Amino acid sequence: MSDIDALAARLRAGLAPDQVLTDRQQLRTYECDGLANYKVIPALVALPRSAEQVAIVVRACVDAKVPFVARGSGTGLSGGALPHADGVLIVTSQLRDIVELRPEDERAVVQPGVINLQVTQAATPYGYYYAPDPSSQQICSIGGNVAENSGGAHCLKYGFTTNHVTGLQVVAPDGEQVQLGGAAPDTPGYDLLGAFVGSEGTLGIATEVTVRLTRLPESVRTLLAAFASTDQAGAATSAIIAAGVVPAAIEMMDVLSIEAAEAAVHCGYPAGAGAVLIVELDGPDAEVRAQFDEVTRLCDEAGAFEIRVAADDTERQLIWRGRKSAFAAVGRISPDYIVQDGVIPRTALPEVLRRINEVAAGHGVRVANVFHAGDGNLHPLVLFDARVPGEAERAETVSGAILDLCIEHGGSITGEHGVGVDKARYMPRMFTDTDLDTMQLVRCAFDPDGLANPGKVFPTPRLCGERPGRHQGAHPLQEAGLGEVF
Amino acid sequence: MSVLDDLAVKAGDDDVVGGVPARMVAAPANTEEAAALIAAAQDLAVVIRGGGTKLHWGNPPRDLDLIIDTRRLAGVVEHAAGDLITVVRAGTPMAELHSLPGQQLVLDAPAGATAGGTVAANGSGPRRLRYGTARDLLIGITVVRPDGKIAKAGGKVVKNVAGYDLGKLYTGSFGTLGLITECVFRLHPEPAATLFVRATAPPGHVARILAAQLAATAIEVHAAPGADPEIAVLLEGTASGVRDRAETVAGLLDGGEITEEPPPWWGVQPPGDVTVKLTGVLSQVPALVATSVGAGATVTGSAGAGVLYAGFPVEGCDPHSRVELVRAAAVRASGHAVVLSAPESVRDTLDLWGPVPGLSLMRRVKDQFDPAHRFAPGRFVGGI
Repeated sequence: MSDIDALAARLRAGLAPDQVLTDRQQLRTYECDGLANYKVIPALVALPRSAEQVAIVVRACVDAKVPFVARGSGTGLSGGALPHADGVLIVTSQLRDIVELRPEDERAVVQPGVINLQVTQAATPYGYYYAPDPSSQQICSIGGNVAENSGGAHCLKYGFTTNHVTGLQVVAPDGEQVQLGGAAPDTPGYDLLGAFVGSEGTLGIATEVTVRLTRLPESVRTLLAAFASTDQAGAATSAIIAAGVVPAAIEMMDVLSIEAAEAAVHCGYPAGAGAVLIVELDGPDAEVRAQFDEVTRLCDEAGAFEIRVAADDTERQLIWRGRKSAFAAVGRISPDYIVQDGVIPRTALPEVLRRINEVAAGHGVRVANVFHAGDGNLHPLVLFDARVPGEAERAETVSGAILDLCIEHGGSITGEHGVGVDKARYMPRMFTDTDLDTMQLVRCAFDPDGLANPGKVFPTPRLCGERPGRHQGAHPLQEAGLGEVF
Repeated sequence: MSVLDDLAVKAGDDDVVGGVPARMVAAPANTEEAAALIAAAQDLAVVIRGGGTKLHWGNPPRDLDLIIDTRRLAGVVEHAAGDLITVVRAGTPMAELHSLPGQQLVLDAPAGATAGGTVAANGSGPRRLRYGTARDLLIGITVVRPDGKIAKAGGKVVKNVAGYDLGKLYTGSFGTLGLITECVFRLHPEPAATLFVRATAPPGHVARILAAQLAATAIEVHAAPGADPEIAVLLEGTASGVRDRAETVAGLLDGGEITEEPPPWWGVQPPGDVTVKLTGVLSQVPALVATSVGAGATVTGSAGAGVLYAGFPVEGCDPHSRVELVRAAAVRASGHAVVLSAPESVRDTLDLWGPVPGLSLMRRVKDQFDPAHRFAPGRFVGGI
C-alpha cells in the first residue's frame, strides 16, 4: 500500500467515505485555482465538514509526512491553492455556516467556506455589513480572504481583511486546534492573528473566523469622471487626496480597459474617454455632500470633460459594472491575458504608467490598465495570443518588468492577489535574504516540518534547525523533496 | 567587545526597569550601529527603552545587563505627503508625528512617548475607534533581531500583501523579539473641524451613538465610585457637518454640552496604584464599567471600541481579589484583563496577563527569534 493509499484509508475511517476523493477524474476538478496557467493534480482531496475533521486530516498528513494545501472557493489569482502532486488538498467549502451574528457587538462568527457577500447579506437587515469587498465577493470564501488578506475597491478607506478579522480558530500545521485573537480587541500576547492573516495557508488552516461588522453609511454617492488621458485622471486623484478627502474608493480605467468593458457589459462610459475615474464617497450625509462638491470641482479643474453622478442605486451599480467586469471583459479583446497586481506610491502613477507603456511598446505587447488609483494598486492586464509563437514569453517579460517598476518606485509586487506560487521568485527582488529568513522564523515556529502549503510565498524554504528529540534521519523537507541543505 | 566599549556607558541610578537595575546603557544612533551593538552583546540580557512612559508595564526582567536607549535613534526620515506615509526612526517622539504639516499619525500616545515604544507596547487612545491602532497604521518595519541581523517587512505602500506581516508580530511584543529601529506609518489628513460632545450619561447610552450613522471618531466613558458617569464623543469633518452631528449626539445623550475642548479625563489613564486594561465585546462594556466601579475603580476608556482602563488604590483593599473580580467580568465579556502597572510589592504576586490563548505557539515564536531568551526576559506573557 502506498503512503497515499494508507492515508486515504485512514481518512475514510475518520471522515465519511464521500469526503475523501482519490479518483483521478474527480481530482482533476481541483487542479488549479483562479490562476489557471498552473495546474497540478493533487494525490487526494479531503472535504471536511467541521474543524475536528480538518484537524483529523492535518494530523494524518503530519503522521505520514505528507504536505497539505488548503483551498476555499479557488478564486485566488496567485496560485496559492495550487495543489501538491504528492499531497492532500483540504477544501474548506463544506464549512459554510454563519455561526453567530451579533450586530450589537459589531461581530459575526463564520466558518471559512462562507462566501464573502453572504456575510454582508446576513448583516444588512441589522444595518451592518462586512467591509472587505474583493471583486470576486460573490464567490470567494472568507477562509480564502483570511489566507490572502484580501482587499477590494473600498479598502482605501476601510482597510483589508486583516483590519476586519478579530479572532480565528485555526488548525495549526501540527494538527492542534488553536485560538488566535478573539471577539474583543487587543488580545494579550504576540499578535499571531496578524501574522496568520495573509500567510497564504503556510501557517495552518482557519476553521472559524470572527469578523468585524461595520455600520452601513448614512449616505453613499458615486461619480464617474471622464478624462482625455490617464495623466489628467491621475492629477485629479492626487488633488482629491491632497485636499484631505478620503473617499471610500477611487478607481481608474484606461482607454483599452474601457474598450473591453464596453464590449462585454455595455456600461456606456463617455465616448472618447482616454481614462475614467470612479469616485465613491460615503459617511454622514452632511459630510458626503460637502466632499462631493469638492471632488466634482477638483475633477473639473483636472480637465474632466464629462462628470456623471449616480442618482440612485441602479445608476451606481451601472457605473461599477464596467469596473467590476474589467478583468473578464479583457477576454473580449484578447484571446489571452495576464492579470498583474503591483503597488506603487500613488504619486508615482504618471511616471510608472508612462514606463509601462514604453516597456509594452518595446515588446510589441498591449497593456490595459485598471487600478485602485487611491492606493496605487495597479492591475495591468497584459494582452497576448498564445497561438502566436513568442507572444506568451513576451507578455511574461512585460509582466515581470512591471513588477520591477513597482519595486524601483518603492512599491510592492502584490497589493491583494498574494505571492502564491506565481510570485515567489520575485520575493528576493523586494526583500533581502535576511528579511525572508526572518519571516520564515515564524513559519518554523508554526510548521517546522514545512508541510503546510510548501513552495508558496518563499522561493527557498528555510530549514528550521535541530529540535530536541528529533536528531535521526534527513530533514523532512529534504525527504519530501522540498528543500536542499545549503 | 569594541562596539560595546564605544557605545555602552555605566548605568546610572535611573536606569532601572521594574525595580531591576541595569549594568550598562547604550544609545545607538542608527540601525547599523544598533545591529553592531546587538551583535556584540550576545551574552547580555537586554531591555529596550524609548521615552520610558510605559516601562513600568509588564513583569520585571529576570536579568538585565544592558538597556538600549532609542532616543538618539530619532527623526523623520521621510514624509511623503502626497502618499500619506511617513518613515520615522524608532526614537522619534510621537508628539512630532501628531502634527506633521497638514497630516498626522493618528495614534494617541502620552507626552514623551516614542514611535517605537508606542508600537512595541501597543499603545492606543480614544481615536482608535475610527483610525485603528498601531497594527492598523504601521505599514513597514525595520528591526534588529536578537542575533544582530537587520530585517525589514512590509514597505512604504499601504496596500501590500508580499510576505508575512512582521509589523503586526512586533506590535505589542514588548521588546521580546528584538529592537525596532524604523517604522513606516500610514497618515491621515488633519480634519477641517472637530467638536466634542460631553454629557452626564450611563455607559449604556453609548449603544445609541454606535447605532446612529454618525461616524464618530471616538466615544469615551468615564466613571468613578460616588460620581455620575460621563460620556464624551469626538466628531471630525467639515465645519457644518460636525456641528449637525454634534447636535444629534447631544440629543441622543438626552442633552449634552458641545465644546471645542475634551474633558480633563480624555485619553488619560485613570488615577490609582494598580492600572488594569480591560477589553470586552461592545454590549458588555456597561457591565464591565459597573463591575469595575463596584470594585472601587475609576474607569476611563473607549466604550465604542471595547477597551477600558481601570485604576484603583492599593490601600484599604485586597488588590488580588479586585483583579480577580474585574478579570472575571472581562472573561464574561469575551475579553481580557491585563494588569499594566502595580506597586512592586503587589505586582510580584499578581498574575499580570491572565489567560492567554495560543501561548504555546507564542513560546515557539520566541524560541525562533531569541533562542537564548535574552531580550526582555520574563517581561511578557507566560514568562516569555
